[in-house]
Amino acid sequence: MSDFVNSGWGIFVAATTIVGLIACIALLIIASKRRVMADDNTTGHVWDEDLRELNNPLPRWWMWLFVITVVFSAVYLAFYPGLGSFSGTLKWTSQGQFEAEQARATAALAPVYAKYKDMPAEQLVADAQAMAIGERLYLNNCAQCHGSDARGSKGFPNLTLPAESRLATETADQIKAVILQGRAGNMPPMAAAVGSAEDVRNVANYVLSLSGSAHNSVAAQLGKEKFAACAACHGPEGKGNKAIGAPNLTDKHWLYGWGEQAIIEAITNGRAGVMPAQGKLLTPEQVHVLSAYVWNLSRATKVASK
Amino acid sequence: MSETVAPAAGGSLSPVAPAADPASPGSAGGGDGDVREQVVSLYQKQRKIYPRAVSGWFAGWRWALVWATQLLFYGLPWLEWNARQAVLFDLGARRFYIFGLVLYPQDFIYLTGLLIVSAYALFLFTAVAGRLWCGYACPQTVYTEIFMWVERHLEGDRNRRMKLDAGPWTLEKLARKGGKQVIWVALGLWTGFTFVGYFTPIKQLGAAVMSFGLGPWETFWTLFYGFATYGNAGYMREQVCKYMCPYARFQSAMFDRDTLIISYDAERGEPRGTRGRKTDLKAANLGHCIDCGLCVEVCPTGIDIRKGLQYECIGCAACVDVCNGVMDKMNYPRGLVRYDTLNGMQKHLSRGQEFKRVLRPRVVIYTSILGVIVLALGVSIAMRSPFKVDVVRDRGTLARIVEDGWVENVYRLQVMNTTESVQRYRIAVAGLASMATDLKSEVAVEPAQARWVVVAVRVPPDVASQAGPGSHKMEFIIERLGIAGQAQSSYTLVEKSTFLVPR
Repeated sequence: MSDFVNSGWGIFVAATTIVGLIACIALLIIASKRRVMADDNTTGHVWDEDLRELNNPLPRWWMWLFVITVVFSAVYLAFYPGLGSFSGTLKWTSQGQFEAEQARATAALAPVYAKYKDMPAEQLVADAQAMAIGERLYLNNCAQCHGSDARGSKGFPNLTLPAESRLATETADQIKAVILQGRAGNMPPMAAAVGSAEDVRNVANYVLSLSGSAHNSVAAQLGKEKFAACAACHGPEGKGNKAIGAPNLTDKHWLYGWGEQAIIEAITNGRAGVMPAQGKLLTPEQVHVLSAYVWNLSRATKVASK
Repeated sequence: MSETVAPAAGGSLSPVAPAADPASPGSAGGGDGDVREQVVSLYQKQRKIYPRAVSGWFAGWRWALVWATQLLFYGLPWLEWNARQAVLFDLGARRFYIFGLVLYPQDFIYLTGLLIVSAYALFLFTAVAGRLWCGYACPQTVYTEIFMWVERHLEGDRNRRMKLDAGPWTLEKLARKGGKQVIWVALGLWTGFTFVGYFTPIKQLGAAVMSFGLGPWETFWTLFYGFATYGNAGYMREQVCKYMCPYARFQSAMFDRDTLIISYDAERGEPRGTRGRKTDLKAANLGHCIDCGLCVEVCPTGIDIRKGLQYECIGCAACVDVCNGVMDKMNYPRGLVRYDTLNGMQKHLSRGQEFKRVLRPRVVIYTSILGVIVLALGVSIAMRSPFKVDVVRDRGTLARIVEDGWVENVYRLQVMNTTESVQRYRIAVAGLASMATDLKSEVAVEPAQARWVVVAVRVPPDVASQAGPGSHKMEFIIERLGIAGQAQSSYTLVEKSTFLVPR
């Protein structure tokens, strides 16, 4: 009704509805009698030479079914919204129903989460049921960005990386904090500090060389001294600084994609990654189980790589 | 219209004549030829029909079908197969078990096939011999037959029932009516229980009933289906066919002049009239119809078949049976009311000639389409794959570049095991050179279960750049591993998908 701001529309809709209901009954009464030929119970209409229309009356119970539908409509309109802007005596709304259902579901799930509430992450990861719940929570709430296999994609972090390669999410408690409050990762544009476009390309190749990735070794050699501009955050050896959220450049994990082009883009334009806060969308108990599950993803990687 | 349903032999009758209704205002007028009009209500209190019991060849067929359909309906849920209910439609788990078959919701095409087969079978039977389904096998007919049998054994046949209804409420009337209600309700509830037993294992359901532990939906559907049976077979009866059933109406569109319908041989029967057994028909100017009215009394829809084909006629042949009995008693040949075609009746065709006319284009077309669909359905079920795979591209990750420039796509594969034993599957990919998955082991799926498997597929950077950015065709090759001991051979399924290389 948002397009119909004038309250007159509500009255118009209500009046049309009521007139319609009355018209249904009136039509039934008016049309319930008809003229037939007294002799043979036909209506006097003949088609195709010998096809005559007969008056075969409907059973009366059928008529009562029609009356019942009209009565039902009237009762419905008294209880539920439908009559213009009248909201019905039950005050029902779809949002209210949704919230009531959600509250019921939360209440029904409370006993399931109760036993996990005070369990530390180390214990949760050993509990198969908790991990199954965590997986469902992950797939419903996180997989949209981080992917079904939790390995992320461009701009969305890979959650299966081992703890040493992660920023601000090494422990289950840190993960919980990020889920609840969200997190922003920022790298300022550095092109001006590095120098010309050529310099930027050289630095990019030097960065690639740090992790032993394929690179142009001449350019990398030239870029090495320009890397000083980056060293303030990423450290002189490019090993990063977790305290200020600067990633390690010597491993092969690329949040914003691999390759010279991706690195040139990062240096030129900077990067701004945002993980939105999920605290309002999940209950604290859910976040507790979910953070243990996500923490376990990185532990699983470590075990597998052994 | 005049092509499909022609005037009956009487000549003076309209193509679709009304049910003769002595109580209706129309026939009360008494015509002198003048056009007189009167006003009547469009709605009428239903007249109760008291059909007389009938026995004979066609009634025997009906009872045979009552037994066949009801033994099947009531008995099937109790059969066991592979230590489970043989026929079970588990809506909660979305698995449909029919003896050895385990069907998934994805197999709904078979239900479509079944419905198409049913529809064409209906077309075919109707074109050949009219409303066979209505007269013999329709649940409405079958349950009405059962409920009327109960009614007859407690309240007596037609005349006694009419007398009982008209009479005052005595203890005897109360006992007879009460007894009938008890049996009707019990029959209805048992039918409802059996119906729900196709969806919830019937033995558990029985135990739940015994301990009053039936769930709300099971209770609802048992009562609902039970009430529908009770109401439709006990009270609604012919009104279901006359006012509710769509098939009743469109079947007449499938009739033609060579369709076998219940026909009254007016040429032979008229002029009708009472007479003694020894009366000389020629001298008395009488036909074979003795006007006993039995054909009207036995009719479950309350029509007079002597007025010709009417839409109410469900083709139950009760009038054929009863009239043949009368003809036998009168020493007249049988078949004054019989299955015959309009052409046969008018052109005096022999049975052999009528039989030749069965093979007319419409019947041949119906039969061949029916045959093709039955064959296709049978072959499709017989050659069904023992498992299914749905490939879903991951919604979160279109494509990503991972270490050393490899391009990776993520897929979710739903592997559905349609056998009743644990199966192992090997998943491989093909499409671009050096394409590989991250799967390290085979995938095991429990009996009749489905499992989601996340698969990351990657190609080296040079292959990706050679292929160029965009979408590339690829396929998953899923092999069910054979089991040597159980003589299970391997089975391979190929599912198409696409691999994206980002710009």
